[in-house]
Amino acid sequence: MTLEKPGFIDPVAEAQACFRLVLRTMSSPGQIVTLATDVATPPLAPATAAVLLTLVDAEVSLWLDEPLADSWDWLAFHAGVVRAADIGTAAFLCTTALPPLADVFAGTDDAPETGATIILQVPALDGGPKLTLYGPGLETPIVIAPQGLPADFIAQWEQNHRLFPRGVDLLLCAGSSFCALPRSVRIGEG
Amino acid sequence: MNGYNFAYLDEPTKRMIRRAILKAVAIPGHQVPFGAREMPLPYGWGTGGIQVTAAILGADDVLKVIDQGADDTTNAVSIRRFFSHVAGVETTTRTRDATVIQTRHRIPETPLTGDQILVYQVPLPEPLAKLEPSRAETKQMHALADYGLMHVKLYEDIARFGHVTISYDYPVMVNGRYLMSPSPIPAFDTLKMNRMPALQLFGAGREKRIYAVPPYTTVRPLDFDDHPFSLTRAPHACALCGATNSYLDEVVTDDRGSRMFVCSDTDYCADRRGEMEGDAS
Amino acid sequence: MAYVAVKGGERAIDAAHDWLARTRRGETAVPEIKTDQIAEQLGRAVDRVMAEGSCYDRDLAALAIKQAQGDLIEAAFLLRAYRTTLPRFASSRPVETSAMLIHRRISAIYKDLPGGQVLGPTYDYTHRLLDFALAADADSAMVPAAVPSSTEADQSPPAVTPRVLDMLQAEGLMGAEPQSDAVPGDITREPMSFPAGRDIRLQALARGDEGFLLALGYSTQRGYGNSHPFVGELRMGDVSIEIEPPELGFAIDIGRITLTECEMVNQFGGSKTEPPQFTRGYGLCFGHGERKAMGMALVDRAMRAEELGEDADAPAQDIEFVLYHSDNIEATGFVEHLKLPHYVDFQSELETIRQIRRRAETKPDTGAGEPQ
Repeated sequence: MTLEKPGFIDPVAEAQACFRLVLRTMSSPGQIVTLATDVATPPLAPATAAVLLTLVDAEVSLWLDEPLADSWDWLAFHAGVVRAADIGTAAFLCTTALPPLADVFAGTDDAPETGATIILQVPALDGGPKLTLYGPGLETPIVIAPQGLPADFIAQWEQNHRLFPRGVDLLLCAGSSFCALPRSVRIGEG
Repeated sequence: MNGYNFAYLDEPTKRMIRRAILKAVAIPGHQVPFGAREMPLPYGWGTGGIQVTAAILGADDVLKVIDQGADDTTNAVSIRRFFSHVAGVETTTRTRDATVIQTRHRIPETPLTGDQILVYQVPLPEPLAKLEPSRAETKQMHALADYGLMHVKLYEDIARFGHVTISYDYPVMVNGRYLMSPSPIPAFDTLKMNRMPALQLFGAGREKRIYAVPPYTTVRPLDFDDHPFSLTRAPHACALCGATNSYLDEVVTDDRGSRMFVCSDTDYCADRRGEMEGDAS
Repeated sequence: MAYVAVKGGERAIDAAHDWLARTRRGETAVPEIKTDQIAEQLGRAVDRVMAEGSCYDRDLAALAIKQAQGDLIEAAFLLRAYRTTLPRFASSRPVETSAMLIHRRISAIYKDLPGGQVLGPTYDYTHRLLDFALAADADSAMVPAAVPSSTEADQSPPAVTPRVLDMLQAEGLMGAEPQSDAVPGDITREPMSFPAGRDIRLQALARGDEGFLLALGYSTQRGYGNSHPFVGELRMGDVSIEIEPPELGFAIDIGRITLTECEMVNQFGGSKTEPPQFTRGYGLCFGHGERKAMGMALVDRAMRAEELGEDADAPAQDIEFVLYHSDNIEATGFVEHLKLPHYVDFQSELETIRQIRRRAETKPDTGAGEPQ
C-alpha cells in the first residue's frame, strides 16, 4: 500500500533543500543537481518524488501519465494534490514520456507565469544526444545529454521558445538528480 | 521559535512563494503575482523581500541584511533580528560571507558570486507606475512589450534638461524583453545588475509581485544612442577609506555648509580600512 | 561626530521599544486597563478592529487595542498579522441574515414593515452633550435596567425577519442578483486582478478602511457618481455560523457572531426592452459598524456603474482605484515607510539637481539637446 511509504522525514528542511536545488538549476539551466536525501517511492524516482513534494499541493493541479498513476494515493496523502482534468489544464505534469509541448498550457501574454511546469522522469541525465543550451542564467553555452527525450525534441522546444514569454518549463529527473530547462533557454544540437 | 514555523511562514505559503519565484526566474523581468501574506512588519518596510527570503532560507544559510548600503540602519537591524529570531540562521555583515543578502536601495560594492542570492525589497514593482497608474493598463503594455510611454518620458527629460533626470530606480530592460524596476537603487548601481553572477530576486509585498533576474542575464538601462546612460556619483573620495569608486553618503556636519562624504556600503568601507591598516603595519 | 550619531541602530531600537512600553502603560498609579474592560466598554473600537483586521475574535481585538494604545489601525494590523498564521480548518456556509437575531433594524423607505422597526442601541438620537457623570466614576447603578424590546416582548421572536429588498424583489421592482455556487475569490490568497468580480470587490470593502469608505460614499452623495441612495434596510444582530465537515455531510452550528448589514436601494436602470428596476448596493461588516456598512453599500453600488451601463468617471466608480486604496494596513505601511531612511536615493537626486543647475549656469541659453 502506497500510504506506508513515507514522504520527507524532515519536511521543512528537506523541502527547503530540494527547492534551493530546483532554484539553482532553474537559474543555471542544465546544471545537474543532486539531492542529499532520498524519498524512495517507485514508480517515482527519488528526484521526481522530492520535486513533487516540494512544489505541488492542493492549490495547483497535477497530471500524471499512466506509468506513474500508482503514485496518486501517495501524492494525495503527502501533498493533498488535486488531479487536473486533462493535460491542457494542468499546472504541473509529471510524466515518463514528454507529451507534445503544444498540448500543454503555455500561459497567456499578460500572465505567462501560468504556463505549466513539466516534471519529466528520464532514464539518465547523460549518455543521450547532446543538446547545447544558450540563454539567461548561462555565462557560456553548456552541453547536456539526457536520455529519454523524443526525437523531435529540439524542434518542439524551438516552438516552445518562440512563444516566449509564454511557454512551458521543464525539469528532467533521473535517480536522485535533476536539471531544469526553463522556457527562456534556446537549445541547439551537439 | 514558539508557535511559528521555521522562517515564520507556514509550509503551504512557502510553496506558493517558491512556485512564484521559479516562474519569475523562467521569465526574467516579468512580475509574477503572488498571494503575499500579512507579515508582522508593516507593508512598505520590506515585507516582499522578507517573504522571498523566508521562502528560500535554510538552516545552512548565512544572511546579511542592508538598508541604504549599511548593516546597522534601523530597518536592516530589525529585519536581521527577525530572521535570527524566527529562523535561527547565522547572520553576517560581511558581503563575502553571506549566502543570502537582503537589501533595500543598494547593491553591495563587493562583486557577488554565483553562490549568492541577492533579494531586493521593492516598494513599487511596476516601472510604468509613475506614468500610468492603472495596473490593468500596464499589464497590457508588458504583454505587448509596448514601452513607448517610458521612451517618451526619457525623451522629454532630455529635451527639457539635457539629460535623463531619473537618478534612482532607473528603468531597465531585462533579457531584451521586459521593462523592469530595479527597485530604488541609485542609478550608480544599475550597471552592476548586468550579467551579475548572483541570482537576483525581487519581492514586493504590498503590491504582491515577485520578479527575478537569473545569473548572467543582460540588464540594460533604457537610453538613447546619442544620450547614453550615465552614472551620477558625488565627485569625492570617501572621507574614511579614501575610495573613489564607491557610492557615497553625504553627511551634513554643521549648519554652515560643512559636509563629509563616506561610503554608503559600510562593509566595503570597513573592509578597505582594515586592508589599509594591514598595509600600514 | 554627527556621523556616528546616525549609526548604532541596535541600541536605538531597544531603547525605543522600552520607551514605548512605558508610554503604553502610562502613569503606573492609575490601574492598568484590562482587556475584558476594553471588550465590554470599548465595543465599537473592538468591532472596527475585528472588521478591518478580518478576524472575528473580541478578546484578541481587545488585546490588540490595548497593545496599540488605542491606535485602531495599528490594532487591526496586529490582528491581521496574527490571523495570517492561523490554519484554515473549514469554510463556513453563507450566513443567512434574514435569520438574524435582531438588535437593531431600520428601514428608511417604509413607515412600518414585517419584523418592525427596531431602534436598538444607537447614538442616532442622542444629543451630543458630554456626559460628565461618566467622568465621575459613575457606578453601574446608574445604568438603566434592560427593558424588553418589542421583539423580546413577543412570546416567540420571529425566526425570520424578511429583508426589505427581498420584498421589493418579489414585486419585481428590485434587480435580482445572480445566484452562483461558485467558490468566491479570496484576496488573502490570490492577488487582485482586473476586472475584479463583485465577490472580490465586496471582500475588499468588508475589510477596507472605514474612513476611506465613508469619504468615498459621501463623495457619491455630493455628485461624484451619484446613484440616489435610500437606506432600504440597515440591520445589526447575531447570526449563526455553520460549517459542513465533509465527513459529516450535514451542517453544524459553531457559534454566533454580530454583523451589520446595509442594503441601499438605488436609482433604477432599464431600457426599451427591459422595464426599470431599482438596483442594490450592499454592505456587510463584522460587529456593530453602521457607518462602515453604509459607506460600503454606497461604494459597492458606485462600482457597479459600468455593469449597469452608467458613466463611470467618478473616483468611487473606479474599481481599481477603490480596491487598491481601501486597505488601511497597506496604506499606512506605505505612507509611513517614508519615515525609513531614503538618503541613498536622496543623494542621487542631489547630484542630479546640482548637475542640472551647473549646466544651466554655465550654458544659460542652451540645455535642450533633443535625442535623435
